[in-house]
Amino acid sequence: MYPESMQESIRRLNSTREERIKQGKIPLLDAEGKKALLKSFHPDYIETSMRALAVGANKGERTPHEIANVLEAWPIVDSKRFEPDKPKFSVDVLVIGGGGAGVAAALVAQENGANVLLTTKLRLGDANTMMAQGGIQAADKENDSPERHYLDVLGGGHFKNTPELARALVSDAPGVIAWLEELGVMFDKTGDGTMITIHGGGTSRKRMHACRDYTGAEIMRTLRDEFKSRGVHALEFCAAVELLTDDEGACCGAAFVNLDTDELFTVRAKATILATGGCGRLHIQEFPCTNHYGATADGLVLAYRAGARLVFMDTIQYHPTGVAYPEQIVGQLITEKVRGLGAHLVNVLGNRFIYELESRDITASAIIRECTERKNGVLTPTGRLGVWLDTPLIEMLKGEGAVKKNLPAMYHQFARFGIYMDKEPILTYPTQHYQNGGVLINDQGETGVKNLYAAGEVAGGIHGRNRLMGNSLLDILVFGRRAGRSAAEKARKLTGDKRAGFKHLIEFEAQLKSSKVPKERRSPMLFPEYRRKELQTPFAFAG
Amino acid sequence: MARKGKKTEDKPEAAGLSGNNFVTIYVMGEAYQVPRDLTIMKAMEYAGYRFIRGCGCRGGFCGACGTVYRTRDSYKLKVGLACQTVVEDGMFLTQIPFYPANKKDYDIRELQADTQVLVRFYPELMRCIACNSCTKICPQDIDVMGYIQAAIRGDIARVADMSFDCIMCGLCASRCPAEIVHYNVGLLARRLYGARIAPRAAHLARRLEEIKAGRFEPGLDKLVRMSEAELSRLYYQERDIEPE
Repeated sequence: MYPESMQESIRRLNSTREERIKQGKIPLLDAEGKKALLKSFHPDYIETSMRALAVGANKGERTPHEIANVLEAWPIVDSKRFEPDKPKFSVDVLVIGGGGAGVAAALVAQENGANVLLTTKLRLGDANTMMAQGGIQAADKENDSPERHYLDVLGGGHFKNTPELARALVSDAPGVIAWLEELGVMFDKTGDGTMITIHGGGTSRKRMHACRDYTGAEIMRTLRDEFKSRGVHALEFCAAVELLTDDEGACCGAAFVNLDTDELFTVRAKATILATGGCGRLHIQEFPCTNHYGATADGLVLAYRAGARLVFMDTIQYHPTGVAYPEQIVGQLITEKVRGLGAHLVNVLGNRFIYELESRDITASAIIRECTERKNGVLTPTGRLGVWLDTPLIEMLKGEGAVKKNLPAMYHQFARFGIYMDKEPILTYPTQHYQNGGVLINDQGETGVKNLYAAGEVAGGIHGRNRLMGNSLLDILVFGRRAGRSAAEKARKLTGDKRAGFKHLIEFEAQLKSSKVPKERRSPMLFPEYRRKELQTPFAFAG
Repeated sequence: MARKGKKTEDKPEAAGLSGNNFVTIYVMGEAYQVPRDLTIMKAMEYAGYRFIRGCGCRGGFCGACGTVYRTRDSYKLKVGLACQTVVEDGMFLTQIPFYPANKKDYDIRELQADTQVLVRFYPELMRCIACNSCTKICPQDIDVMGYIQAAIRGDIARVADMSFDCIMCGLCASRCPAEIVHYNVGLLARRLYGARIAPRAAHLARRLEEIKAGRFEPGLDKLVRMSEAELSRLYYQERDIEPE
């Protein structure tokens, strides 16, 4: 199904395969080599792509324009239209977000005796968790240890990670895997129950646990089933648009829009957990993205207005291997597991150019260098550039049928477009994937705002300046569980009878005004705008 | 499903669209001219729909955008995920973003993986008439009827394996004359397999004991206090990598 214009390069790739196998491992870059590569080719280093924030707790710090545009913005719904003294629900713990972090938090909060309400603007489980393919890290093998895992996490994050958060991540990891095992997640195992684990980019031990290439989906559908079976209360298609605060600035719930009916309502809560995910759908620097429809940074916006501090907001993760062809699925994820299974990255000439399992920021930068400065990219009919992932090589290394067996979702994805990745290579280019930073938390998931917790991609500090593969599925569960537990404990100590309102907005809106932020710029965004220009309208409830 | 913005012109000439680059699709009976080569999801957005329901991951994993369609001059119903299926000229389509489904509540930790457990929770399994409608409609190409038959036999491991690629879009349930909710049967079987049939990982249990005993605490205490320079030296000079 590849056009003739791309076939010549495929023939070259086929002709160099034997030689490349013999070539063995390309040496890892040293610290200096990494620094130089990132500086010249990583999108974060494009000066004009960011600006200093004009308002809020991170005033003066740089972040991509697309994120600044939602942080420096007016409320999408005027807070005067809500009646915070007449909440529709009053609960101990409110969880905003229905992905892996949110559902894990809700389950554990309920186990700890809290009356829990979970809200999501889409369906329960509509989240990036569902799309995570490759795996989840945990140091649970004989030759591995949480200390090794820690060092890998710090190295991947360029040693900028918050140490206490990285420690929590690696220490809880085996416990998280055991929890999932007990709930019935079908991990890939050998006949005696040993976990089948492989390398991911930046790992020193094979500690990537997987469920074929549906790892996130398998985890999410299991957690969702547990959530439903336990009868935890959830509201779907209800979007949080603002937090509620009391007179001392502590969080005491949130304000919502029912997206089906446009009803505006509030929820009072003694403790609130933000688990709203990341910002992929802001399309930083117009990159395509791997994220689900709702990844619009809503949680960052809500927390920031309430005074929370954000960290590492000047670093975005571009996944090295997004789809570059066919056009219909450009930007969608090709799991790192493909490289974990041995596929080479190959340029238009049929040559390798980087060790495939460098950490993501390094590999992505190397691909960009190959396609730009070195002019070794493969051109698609729509004018995109990419490099090959030599997937037929997996069949040679791991045996016939290995692609279909280990990568059924990927295989199916490409087969829909007539590309059979066990016989032909697939074309890739970096795609926006992950928000490395987020709301600053401590190891109990607490943010800088009293009684407000954050877990999952919305939180920051755990991964420093770059996250490793398999540490996000881990992070959402480690910190979702921690936040759920500490929020439930906190709720027991609170009476929840303080006057609730939007006092935090008075100061924030004054800053917006003095910074001359245009009135039309509103957030949270809730959903990206993909309608064509002349048909675009604001939400009916906005204003 | 989605909410509509303004409606586009029905006539391509009027909208300034013509030639071979556009096709006509009918969304719930309404005609729209959209660029060919778009997925159904992007075509609907082009036509002015802002999705609230019927759109999730946009990557073929979440099952939110199950779509049923017909093409001109054919009685056959076809299905696809809106985010993964390319439009065709004359396509009549509607999304099925939600289907009322029967899901039983259970505590997986208290269930036994016996041959009767699936039928006990979902007795309607026995009403399967082997019409194969579920298999024919599955956008994931799963042999749905095959795993339902395995469920009737009580072969949990087989159901778990065969249903593994299920994204729970619900199209199978929408077609079933026996009112079976296939995907919930598969889900229960997979959880039973994972929790009860697959052997537990012994190395994992050992590691948990070691963590409980505090074996890694001194090492981690040291690591969290290390300077960037010390960590960098460890990372670049002493870190050995497990061979392939």
